[in-house]
Amino acid sequence: MTRYSKVIGTGGYLPEEIRTNADISQTVDTSDSWIFERTGIKSRRIAAAHETASSMGEAAARQALAMADIDPEQIDMIIVATGTPDRVYPSTGCLLQKRLGIKNCVAFDVQAACSGAIFALSIADQYIKSGMVKTVLIVGAELCSRITDWTDRGTCILFGDGAGAVVLAASDKPGILSTHIHSDGEFEDLLFCPNPQAASAENSAEAGYIQMRGNEVFKVAVNTLGRIVDETLDANQLEKSDVDWLVPHQANIRILAATAKKLNMSMEQVIVTLEGQGNTSSASVLLAFNEGVRDGRIQRGHIVLLEAFGAGFTWGSALIRY
Amino acid sequence: MSNVEERVKKIVAEQLGVKPEDMVNANDSSFVDDLGADSLDTVELVMALEEEFECEIPDDEAEKITTVQQAIDYVTKNAS
Repeated sequence: MTRYSKVIGTGGYLPEEIRTNADISQTVDTSDSWIFERTGIKSRRIAAAHETASSMGEAAARQALAMADIDPEQIDMIIVATGTPDRVYPSTGCLLQKRLGIKNCVAFDVQAACSGAIFALSIADQYIKSGMVKTVLIVGAELCSRITDWTDRGTCILFGDGAGAVVLAASDKPGILSTHIHSDGEFEDLLFCPNPQAASAENSAEAGYIQMRGNEVFKVAVNTLGRIVDETLDANQLEKSDVDWLVPHQANIRILAATAKKLNMSMEQVIVTLEGQGNTSSASVLLAFNEGVRDGRIQRGHIVLLEAFGAGFTWGSALIRY
Repeated sequence: MSNVEERVKKIVAEQLGVKPEDMVNANDSSFVDDLGADSLDTVELVMALEEEFECEIPDDEAEKITTVQQAIDYVTKNAS
């Protein structure tokens, strides 16, 4: 019998504090309309001082586990995608494992920047399909606000905090139809966040804040996402019109619109959370997926295309029959 | 008006939401200063030109294309 991975639960968590474009324009030279026209963002959530990737991840995970209606002990594997781990080590996966009180499972982090959740989905899918594990918890949790330079108006308008989660379980029917992940380190200097403590002497003066050459990233992102859409549909011998929902990484409304156009989809078929959340990096796809599932737009049987693009560059997609 | 000129103006009109008539006697219209483009508009415009004329415009060349005439000249010189 062929084994597939099926989504049995989704969850999300957003911190309380809302930081609007107007708030940001108090401290840097920008405005609500300037930001909204270029990004589609009106506000973003900012984590409180006591919050961490593992605490936000726990909140999202508990929601997903409740929907899945399983005991945490049934989880065989935890994969956390984050660029802002609580500690360098142990992994945020291990910290989340402790928070959930799970004794017997493997837990680890993946680091693929904004594509992290797609990479985690792909890894989980391989383990489930091969029969190595039955149930996997995937979490994307990010505190972008803490690696953002709030005096840099080019980047501070873009990012937000949050966590998303999904539980996958083995099934005899799909489920995940295919996943596709890619990297190209050639572009490492277009979008990066330094790690000053471990940097070489040459780079030790760089502060630990996100740096981005926005226009160049934009162009590669649009072209690359167009290609991954074709790759994903070709692999499944599906047509563009077969896709019911596009759940993109929420980087910029114009990138989302360009990908939707490539798929001949109207924006009505795109789950957009950008306006109130900004770019939450690896959390964004899972947060958007959770929103679409919980508000009833995404129904069982729908074909859903998840995709992301991030620093590295990394990019990937997951095609799911929900 | 040459074929290239027409096609370039059609793309500029679509991308920037301006009327082709606005560019008739103003090939030196600047995308940013005269036609109201922002930085991402200019990136999208260059991408649309690449698609229309099946060519790749390197970033350092793309930065120099700031007016309708410069776009026409670049395409005439570099694309089929």
